[in-house]
Amino acid sequence: MMRRLYNFAGGVRLKEHKRESTSSPVGRTQLPQKIILPLHQHIGVPAKPIVNAGERVLKGQVVAEAGNNISAPIHASTSGTVLAIEDHPIAHPSGLPARCIIIKTDGKDEAAGGYGAPCDTSALTQEQLNAAIKQAGIVGLGGAGFPTYLKLANEAKKITTLILNGVECEPYITCDQMLMRGHSADIVRGLVIMQRALGIKRAIIAIENNKPKELELMQEAIYEAGTPDMELVQVPTVYPAGGEKQLIQTLTGKEVPSQGLPMDIGIVCHNVGTTYAIYRAIAFNEPLISRYITIAGSVAKAQVLDVLIGTPVSHLIEQCGGNRKTLSRVIMGGPMMGFALHDDEAPVVKTTNCILVNSVISDVPLPSRSNFSLPCIRCGACADACPVGLLPQQLYWYARARDFDKVQDYNLFDCIECGCCDYVCPSQIPLVQYYRYAKTAIWQQENEKTLSDISRQRHEFHKFRQEREKQERELRHKQKRQAVDGASTQDNKKAAIQAAMERVRRKREHSDVTPKNIDNLTEQQQKLIEEADARRKKKLEELKPEKITINTSGRESE
Amino acid sequence: MLTSMLIFAAAALVFGALLGFAAIKFHVEGDPVVDKIDAILPQTQCGQCGYPGCKPYARAIASGEADINQCPPGGEQGVMALADLLGREPGPLIAEPSTGNSDEPMVALIDEETCIGCTKCIQVCPVDAIVGAARHKHTVIEAYCTGCKLCLPPVCPVENCIVMDMVRPTATLWKWPEPLQIPELMRGAGS
Ligand code: SF4
Ligand code: SF4
Ligand code: SF4
Ligand code: SF4
Ligand code: SF4
Repeated sequence: MMRRLYNFAGGVRLKEHKRESTSSPVGRTQLPQKIILPLHQHIGVPAKPIVNAGERVLKGQVVAEAGNNISAPIHASTSGTVLAIEDHPIAHPSGLPARCIIIKTDGKDEAAGGYGAPCDTSALTQEQLNAAIKQAGIVGLGGAGFPTYLKLANEAKKITTLILNGVECEPYITCDQMLMRGHSADIVRGLVIMQRALGIKRAIIAIENNKPKELELMQEAIYEAGTPDMELVQVPTVYPAGGEKQLIQTLTGKEVPSQGLPMDIGIVCHNVGTTYAIYRAIAFNEPLISRYITIAGSVAKAQVLDVLIGTPVSHLIEQCGGNRKTLSRVIMGGPMMGFALHDDEAPVVKTTNCILVNSVISDVPLPSRSNFSLPCIRCGACADACPVGLLPQQLYWYARARDFDKVQDYNLFDCIECGCCDYVCPSQIPLVQYYRYAKTAIWQQENEKTLSDISRQRHEFHKFRQEREKQERELRHKQKRQAVDGASTQDNKKAAIQAAMERVRRKREHSDVTPKNIDNLTEQQQKLIEEADARRKKKLEELKPEKITINTSGRESE
Repeated sequence: MLTSMLIFAAAALVFGALLGFAAIKFHVEGDPVVDKIDAILPQTQCGQCGYPGCKPYARAIASGEADINQCPPGGEQGVMALADLLGREPGPLIAEPSTGNSDEPMVALIDEETCIGCTKCIQVCPVDAIVGAARHKHTVIEAYCTGCKLCLPPVCPVENCIVMDMVRPTATLWKWPEPLQIPELMRGAGS
């Protein structure tokens, strides 16, 4: 049966550059001297280290556990000794270092107990599957790095369709393609596990029509596995057909709501790499410690390598015959959505799919690389190319004017930073960089707002505390004075209490501006105000310092 | 070491609980205009505006007593936001921010070796970001410090005991640089 496809608007056709790295088989990396494991490799909070410097660790051993419920554990990729847990360059556009567990490898590649032990997957319950996937530290390997187990939880039975994304539409990137070429049967087995974890039957496997060989292999694998619930669909080759929301639209004609998740319309999307990792984790008890990565660009031998997570990028470049002396730029990710590394000692992480090496002689043109842009001529080409249906020109305009409210009104946060607008812009305006700037600036503002709210609260408490201490002091003094006067009768005490309370009340009343919004109140509002007053009154009584509340009979007369 | 850490952890918990409690219990229903102004002010609580904190300055603005350009930490952006809110004319800031500038956030740092434990700094810190006890070493809870500089000498009697330190940028809170704007280079070239 042919499925009807709904093409999304926009997108661009790009030169693929995939042949170079797919003409030779997947290689293995030589063991690097050091493995560097950043604690924050996924969306959510960083993992918490549970090893110490000097400790020996084994391959597959948990070295950092999930920070909370939206996080993922991290495992040692090989055996060795923990050198340090400290700041190290990481793959981040800022070039700022971050906390990493650094392991000196010992070459023995000794595995932790139970690692690689085959397991009968069919015996596991839904909960056991989910727990195992969580424990294996699997996150979305397609690039986003969202902890996978969260996208396999389906208690509410909201999810009805599972989409397996084998599109891989960005130029140069070929790791998913090579995975399907070599492990189609395992991917199908992984998909069966995911169907069981979700408790659903329906699955669609999507592959771009520029990969006929892999399509055929997957077809065979499905046939052999005897899983008729899996539907294989060929999608047209257009960038960014592999974007999650674009793929869902192509396959189902449904649009994910603005700033929503596919889950909202009953769909989850997983990448083929993630699916394979799930299979290895469940069937062989192998946590996520390696993945396929494409090394391409100015290297003698472009190829896909099976790389241990935490391997320094420089190590991979050298292995593929790149000359580190003539590098101009090293890009992590593809030419459209990747970013330039500041330091090639940064390690590859769970979400790294491609290392694009550039040397001074042959530079891969990036959309956002121009240092020299011309004014916008309002040609509208960017809007035609935007696969999300945004208005890139308006976004650019408001981002440039730092009008962060307006830029959000134009749905900045639905922009997937695909770079299509950038690519077609005749004025070579670095549009995506403007959007990234605006997004991060807005996040920073929000963070500042939170911090200032905390400061406000703390300052209010500080003033309250000062006031309370002052009152306590005054009361103490008064008491002392009275004691000296030798007139500490019950009546005097009562009077003292009354006077103190009167003072507090007056202070409270006068320390504030009278509200200006209390005219014409409804009955309801009046009631609320009275309740608030009652609360405040009660609070005032509680304010009374312990020392003088021996006699409480004065309260009724208040 | 462990004990002191435990004590701090316990103190943090207690203070946290107190704070939450205070926020709910002691919130005084105030003037909505003042609250709106206060929401724009940066809450550094440094007093550079000439008022003892952001809320009093907010009240002074609301009553018309103060102008809207007296808060240096808020920067031009803050003045613009206030002008927007109140429909007043934005003027130039009265002073360059000496502190609390959001572009270069600073926090106080106490050299625990030289601190004599006089508790002077605790008394002035507007957000209770300093912990310590008489004749014991004091320390700043970085996450709460607004960088107001009120605790610096002469409040602290020991020279170089409290210094201001740059907040180290982190990858998670990093901001992409704004693309360089080459101002309309080509304009005029053709005309
Ligand atoms: S493509 Fe470039 S020049 Fe054309 S409207 Fe968009 S931003 Fe302006
Ligand atoms: S980068 Fe954003 S605005 Fe530009 S085409 Fe892609 S989604 Fe649209
Ligand atoms: S100058 Fe300081 S105290 Fe005054 S409003 Fe600004 S931050 Fe608050
Ligand atoms: S520690 Fe010093 S600089 Fe920081 S908020 Fe307190 S008084 Fe201000
Ligand atoms: S004012 Fe200075 S010396 Fe005194 S407690 Fe604070 S830091 Fe220590």
